[in-house]
Amino acid sequence: MIQLPCPWCGPRNVSEFRHVGEAVPRPEPAVATPEQWRSYLYLRRNTRGWTEETWYHSAGCRRYFRLSRDTVSNQTRAAGGAPR
Amino acid sequence: MTDQSVRPVPAPGASPVPNSKTGHRLPVQPGEVLDRSRLLRFRWNGREHTGHPGDTIVSALAADGVRVFSRSFKYHRPRGVLTASYHDPGTTLQVDDEPNVRAGHRLLADGMVVSSQNTWPSLRFDVKSVNQLAGRFLSAGFYYKTFMSPSWLWPTYEHVLARFAHGGQVGPAGAGHDYRDYFDKRYAHPDVLVAGGGPAGMAAAVAAAAAGARVLLVDEDHQLGGHLRWGDAAELAALAQLRAEVAAGAADGRIEVLTDAAVLGRYDENWLAVVQRGVPGVRGLPGVPERLVKARAGVLLVAPGLIERPYVFAGNDVPGVLLSTAVRRLVNLWAVRPGERAVVFTANSAGDAAAADLRRVGVEVAEVVDARRGQDVVRVHGHSSVRAVELADGRRIEADLLVTATGWTAPTALLNMAGDRPVYSPRAARFLPGGGYGADVMVAGGLAGDGSRDELVGHARAVGAEAARRALRHRAARLALLPTRAEPPTRVEPPARAEPPTGTDQTPPTESIPELPELPELADLPELPELPVGEHPALFRGRTHGMVDFSEDVSSKDIHAAAREGYDSVELVKRYTTATMGPAQGKLETVNTVAVLAEATGRTIAETGTTTWRPMHVPVTLGALAGRIFEPVRHSPMQPWHASHGAHPLVAGQWIRPEHYGDPVSEVRAVRERVGIIDVTPIGKLDLRGPDVPALLNLLYVNKWSKLGIGRVRYGVMCAEDGVVFDDGVTGRLGQDHYLMSTTSSGAGAVWEWVENWLQTERPPAGLTRWRVHVTPVTTAYASINVAGPRSRELLGRLTDVDLSPEAFEYMNVRTGRVAGVDDCVLWRIGFTGELSYELHVPAGHGPHVWEALLEHGADLGVAPFGVEAQRILRLEKGHLIVGQDTDGLTGAYSAGLDWAVKLDKPDFVGRPELAWQHERDRRTPSGPRLVGLAPVDPAVVPEEASQIVADGNRIIGRITSSRMSPTLGRAVCLAQLDVSLAAPGTEVTVRLRAGGDTRARVTEHLAAVDPDGERQRVVSAGPVGPCREFSPPAPVSPVRLAGVARGAGRVGLTSGRASPAGARGDVGQVRLTDESALAKALVRAAVDGPVSTALGTRFGRAARDADGALVVGSAPGEWLVLSAGSGSAGTDSAATEKLLARLVGLEDLVSVVDATHGRALLRLTGPRAADLLAKVCAIDLADDATPDGAALCTSTAKLVTGLVRDDMDGTPSYLVHCERSSGQYLCDALLDAGAEFGINTAG
Repeated sequence: MIQLPCPWCGPRNVSEFRHVGEAVPRPEPAVATPEQWRSYLYLRRNTRGWTEETWYHSAGCRRYFRLSRDTVSNQTRAAGGAPR
Repeated sequence: MTDQSVRPVPAPGASPVPNSKTGHRLPVQPGEVLDRSRLLRFRWNGREHTGHPGDTIVSALAADGVRVFSRSFKYHRPRGVLTASYHDPGTTLQVDDEPNVRAGHRLLADGMVVSSQNTWPSLRFDVKSVNQLAGRFLSAGFYYKTFMSPSWLWPTYEHVLARFAHGGQVGPAGAGHDYRDYFDKRYAHPDVLVAGGGPAGMAAAVAAAAAGARVLLVDEDHQLGGHLRWGDAAELAALAQLRAEVAAGAADGRIEVLTDAAVLGRYDENWLAVVQRGVPGVRGLPGVPERLVKARAGVLLVAPGLIERPYVFAGNDVPGVLLSTAVRRLVNLWAVRPGERAVVFTANSAGDAAAADLRRVGVEVAEVVDARRGQDVVRVHGHSSVRAVELADGRRIEADLLVTATGWTAPTALLNMAGDRPVYSPRAARFLPGGGYGADVMVAGGLAGDGSRDELVGHARAVGAEAARRALRHRAARLALLPTRAEPPTRVEPPARAEPPTGTDQTPPTESIPELPELPELADLPELPELPVGEHPALFRGRTHGMVDFSEDVSSKDIHAAAREGYDSVELVKRYTTATMGPAQGKLETVNTVAVLAEATGRTIAETGTTTWRPMHVPVTLGALAGRIFEPVRHSPMQPWHASHGAHPLVAGQWIRPEHYGDPVSEVRAVRERVGIIDVTPIGKLDLRGPDVPALLNLLYVNKWSKLGIGRVRYGVMCAEDGVVFDDGVTGRLGQDHYLMSTTSSGAGAVWEWVENWLQTERPPAGLTRWRVHVTPVTTAYASINVAGPRSRELLGRLTDVDLSPEAFEYMNVRTGRVAGVDDCVLWRIGFTGELSYELHVPAGHGPHVWEALLEHGADLGVAPFGVEAQRILRLEKGHLIVGQDTDGLTGAYSAGLDWAVKLDKPDFVGRPELAWQHERDRRTPSGPRLVGLAPVDPAVVPEEASQIVADGNRIIGRITSSRMSPTLGRAVCLAQLDVSLAAPGTEVTVRLRAGGDTRARVTEHLAAVDPDGERQRVVSAGPVGPCREFSPPAPVSPVRLAGVARGAGRVGLTSGRASPAGARGDVGQVRLTDESALAKALVRAAVDGPVSTALGTRFGRAARDADGALVVGSAPGEWLVLSAGSGSAGTDSAATEKLLARLVGLEDLVSVVDATHGRALLRLTGPRAADLLAKVCAIDLADDATPDGAALCTSTAKLVTGLVRDDMDGTPSYLVHCERSSGQYLCDALLDAGAEFGINTAG
């Protein structure tokens, strides 16, 4: 069972977290076309390698946070940018 | 009938040997493990036998001359002892009603009833041995080629083949054995876990402990020592020395030793599963067969030694052919003479030593066949026992025992699970670790190389010290990241950012996430001494064909045949022949399989390679993996009343709710005609505070919220980003910046996470830099009671002085006030059942009092409790939809008939884009399903829910989502999703009934069948009610009952009805559990590090007492739980909150103080073993350096989200454990269950 580095609580077993998903920017609802909106709803890059994703510490501090994770080795490091 | 499994073999010219029944126990041996002062009696296949404490079942039977223990899997050949260890393939027996017992390892106990498995009519004369005659047709893979046609014979084939299935017997539960045994579980956090307790393992453990590491030493056998235990005098002396060193480490608490335990597997980041089979220290809990230890180790040190390999030749599975280690174990550990006249085939020093041991105890060694001088064994003669051994030079030696010592196999499985691939060494004739594991795995002992005992022990000490160094460095780096220590946690430097963040006031650390220290490359680490690798002759198969996999009855001939058939890769051969797929999982078979395949395909062993090892490394029962079955259960405070008044329980998610009290129809009538009360505590409730709440509600709901006045309530619908209905509920405004949102019961958790997601990660609305909103779940802080019916107002008027006149308290309004003497209640005038109704939210501890007050004071009004089933009928009569029942994962707001709620003129709300597009499409061409009411044409028919609605025969155009017989109307009422083309009122459709056949139904004018204009709930004028009666202030009820809890039950949380052993006979007074739920608690919300944080004096992760003696806990970022000093009593709840609010408000622009006295259950565990108890239910490292006094954290305990605060009392370790109220009893049960082992007591 891998561990995730919660920014508040420190390293915890992954079973304490909920995987929210790949970090995808939310299009501006007023101007987005249906294709852009549905791409935001349903399409993900699903990279083999380093990916940016959001996790929620449901059994801990109850904070959402961003993480960079290598989907092959499950190494983790600080996310590259601001949340969404 | 005498057991004739041994035929005495006279040496040429010698007199007959003495009777087998008495002559096989040797005099006392220097290293034996027997207690000869006591005799144990047991039965074997119906006959009485005796043995001593320390015997295994096999050693006791072997001492009595038994040679044949089982029949093989396929051919039913007689089998005996081969390895005299856990993995012995021929000694799997049935013990009492436990099947598949490894009798070569299981210690003998008095009164055991042991029998052979799958033999009929007896072990000696087994009818199924006729299989051997059919051997030609039963070669590997025969089931892929036979028993296939004709297919109508399959039932017969099944019946026949089932009788040949191999295995023991399991009796039905209750037939003398209750299989709900207590399988225990705990967590561990060792710095170094040493797998293997032989000389290398012991030395490494001692060295690691001396270097300051916490060590867990695990060994499969019943004592530490490995091969030293059956060694010569020098080895026994070395064993005693090492054992003393380990015992010293254990006495200091630096080394924990688990014997009769095995490492099952290594998972990511050294997450290790260990099964402990003999559980000695669990007193007071009879029948703990196995315990699972889940360990997160800094370094895994693998020192399993080497496993001896059998030799492949004709007759190598005849009873009497033993490995040299088996002979040495039998002779030296259990003082058993394995035979009378032996031939020893040796290629190494272990074989030589076995020959020496045999001579020492008086066994005649007729011949030593030395492979190092080119000699060889060709075949063994005999069927159920060895009679003679044929050598390569043609000679035939009469003997009853053949000892082989032809080589060693390295058990690399744990390394393979760490990513290593083993490498074959032709010089050593075995596989060696390939070095492909990371720096957190290390190797010592025979697995790493060869050498003298001193060289191996010295190497192990060096490896152990280095393991400690790496583990401690890793630990220090982890500790620095924890917020629970006195020093604030360190943060990693964030990478440079392109744009400034637009996060909320609680952004931490996405920019400064602590990184787990990366493992260094092996090349960068200090050099460890290397062990030499000795030479060993390559001996796998002799000149004849014999058994390769004894458990699966796979011979070398089978492997050759498989290769000829084209299964020529090791992966294919394994699966086709099933070689290495038996109980030993390749420990005895893999190398021989690879070698035989190599010779069959003309390749080298290195070229052929091995298959992959996966967990589990050794067999483990499913019960151990299941462990304590933790299933959190949630109760409303009134549940005890429901249970004692005939409520039929309904399990709804984790909640137990009353479904009905015997007659739901009469309950419906009570509500329509008089007044009924229902416990709706599971309804989700969120407390929302702050100036931006209207903006938040506008964003999350599809309708408008900017102009909701104080005291008013509105129904809201939430959609997800794809326009699908997600949840619904009513939200009321209690004050200027104070709202209370209700959700569906099943959606409570999801909605809270949804709201937090938007607050924490989404851009706030235009014009604001951050959200100024605090959301606190109060679902269980309130007991909720819905009082419904024409007389509800009259009843409520007797309990409250809130003005209930229809002018003062209109429909869809909310008030606060006192009910039945209880302050701070919230009264809603809303409707779900369609009658005049009021929903009361009462501070939970007073729920039972108000419930009973309603029943008592409404008796003359005909009040009756009603349950979930009656409520379903009532709401269905009114056409009110239930999200998740009448909507599904594709139902958008328009499809659910919620057109009136969707306000597309709002600039932005969740789901707007999809809803706007659907609105456009519908204007042109309506499509998709709509929610409609349906009335079956035949009033007696009640279609089942999920019945399909069909057109043109079989085309599905909709389905029934809700359906009940309506007592009010005398006919069925239904809601259905139906294609819009047929959704016009009056349309007749065909419903396909589940039982078969069709029925017609008509779309109704309104969704509501009863009172579609809603007059009954909007009563606008009515006479005065009251007056409010006198009530003395009641005492609140705790969520926890400590007395009368079943301990040691198989299932925590749900009553198992199984009494625990009378009084746990454990260490009394090691832990005490007290209920502190009554303490006044307040939840403070403010900025993470603003003025309030400074005023409270505590940061996240820590807890400290303030000047008034209250315990201030930094329970979450920007959230503090303040526990008042004193015992806490009624009436102080809101007083303490008011005082705190007065102190803090004004320090910042947004501070909330929410009373949590009723909403949290709080328990305290005190005692020297408190941390050990928590380690059984909680995966957090509770060592003093990770979780010191004053630490506060939130984690999962017995699958329940709980807060944990370490608050030592006078130097004794003490922990506060708290959870949301409704699971308080479950938490208490789980802690008492875990504490039975420590003699937990609940004295006040």
